[in-house]
Amino acid sequence: MSAPLAEIRGLSVSYERDDAQSFALQGVDLDIARGRRLAVIGESGSGKSTLALALAGLLAPQARIEGSIGWPGLAHPPVAGRDIGMVFQHPGGSLNPVLTIGEQVAEGAVRHLGLGWRAAKSHALALLEWVRIPDPQAALRAYPHQFSGGQRQRIAIAAAIAARPGLLIADEPTSALDMVVQAEIVALLDDLVREAGMTLVFITHDIALASALADDIAVFQRARLVEKGAAHAVLAQPAHAYTKHLLAAQIDFSTPRLIDGVADA
Amino acid sequence: MHRALTMTRRRIVSSIPVLLIVIVGTFLLLEAAPGDAVDAYLLSLGGGDAGLVAELRQSYGLDQSIVKRLTLYVGALLQLDLGWSVAFDRPVLDLIVERLPNTLWLMGAATALAFSLGSLLGIVAGARPGSLTDRTLSIGSLALYAVPSFWLGLVLVLVFAVDLRWFPTAGIETIASGKTGLARVADIAWHLALPVSALGFIYLALFLRMMRAGMAEAWRQDFVLSARAKGLARRRIVLRYVARNALLPLVTMLGLQAAAMLGGSVVVESVFAIPGFGRLAHEAVSGRDAPLLTGIIIVSAVLVIAVNLLVDIAYALLDPRVGSGEVAP
Repeated sequence: MSAPLAEIRGLSVSYERDDAQSFALQGVDLDIARGRRLAVIGESGSGKSTLALALAGLLAPQARIEGSIGWPGLAHPPVAGRDIGMVFQHPGGSLNPVLTIGEQVAEGAVRHLGLGWRAAKSHALALLEWVRIPDPQAALRAYPHQFSGGQRQRIAIAAAIAARPGLLIADEPTSALDMVVQAEIVALLDDLVREAGMTLVFITHDIALASALADDIAVFQRARLVEKGAAHAVLAQPAHAYTKHLLAAQIDFSTPRLIDGVADA
Repeated sequence: MHRALTMTRRRIVSSIPVLLIVIVGTFLLLEAAPGDAVDAYLLSLGGGDAGLVAELRQSYGLDQSIVKRLTLYVGALLQLDLGWSVAFDRPVLDLIVERLPNTLWLMGAATALAFSLGSLLGIVAGARPGSLTDRTLSIGSLALYAVPSFWLGLVLVLVFAVDLRWFPTAGIETIASGKTGLARVADIAWHLALPVSALGFIYLALFLRMMRAGMAEAWRQDFVLSARAKGLARRRIVLRYVARNALLPLVTMLGLQAAAMLGGSVVVESVFAIPGFGRLAHEAVSGRDAPLLTGIIIVSAVLVIAVNLLVDIAYALLDPRVGSGEVAP
């Protein structure tokens, strides 16, 4: 096995709140393996989004950071956009409403690949085609409000990978979308990792989604990493009580009915 | 472009009833006010007998019924006839055409100064909310905003016209200078420098504060985080993401301020003795000149409607969501 892409050692992130330290992450040790898909699971406030921001170097200036994130494969600290691409939860809010899609997808390539705007726009056209936006030529000149939620998330993915980063971090990219669109976005991310050989960190609270997509799973609870391992191992034999709890709380077709509906009466 | 055209057409049609309401409302309001042009005229004569009063009222048409006079007035308006000014003894339209350009120059230049410099300084302040630059500019603009325009005008006159003698103290151009063409334009610009500053600097503070507040809010938007995640240059994030979105409410404000500035120009025109529209309105009120006052109000209304139309078009060009039917403005 080759050297990991990132080595997180003793990472703690805390904020000063009313003279007390409030930890968003505490003592996290985690390796991110190159070319694999890591699902980071946990409920709201478990620190999983903080991990994403810490990896990309986007934490707020007032955050106190201890520990280290090492990048053995990189000669320099990673640059957001060029080495790490990010996709966020709300596809509506993460696109600038007053700039064209073409500009927003192309600007990363202009910034990091040294392309001129014309070349970057044709690069953007190829990306929009790749994420299967209908009529990508027209889409270049269109604005975010002219697309559906799922399409906006595809556009956001295209923009995130415009500078061909080696690592893509998707922070709950499907939580705001309906089930069918969710599946399409997951399939798209899956293709991306396979075809471009990218490393994917997929942050979610949905353990079923994680099991469908991930090679590895890391489970977070209250700012701590409580369990990590290969996906099949973690899902088949969860070691930590919280993971068991998450798995048990999963609702699917085998779940007994929670409410006796009127139709049964 | 198509959106802007459709909107323009819709706005022009919808402004017709607005104008009609203004016309009838003004007419009735002036009708309700006690005293008319004849009273004012008699006052200046020092009195007169009942026969003269009746004769004057008849010659002015003031003995007719309200409905009759309103119909006559609206009919004349449709032919661009604004009536006859009793105080000046000249056609109202001539007076307005003579005075309006001075005020338009004053307002236009002051608005341009306030908007461009105000939003520029607002971007500087909003680029780093909470920084020393931001706090200095915010406090400075608050102080400027608290200053009344007539006082600022007087101070400017004292410093730059009386003490330093860089600018003239009053007037719109050098009287009987015989200047034409560019020389005349330069002369008017020289005369307008101080009044434009007095009027513009107050509103500059308003635009600065609004831009700064809008940017502080825009910084918290998700798309700014995603711009940072893309590793874009700070300059691009500040201008294309933060300032570009904060600009939209500023444009709306521009339309509202144009109307307020028309009122504010009365004060500044008085301080600097500029024969403008605001002072004409003042003279119309003191002369009980109902036709002139009505004309002034109607022209002001048209002006405000026109400015707002321009602002709406600018807004539609700046915000792709407006007029697309999906998002209400």
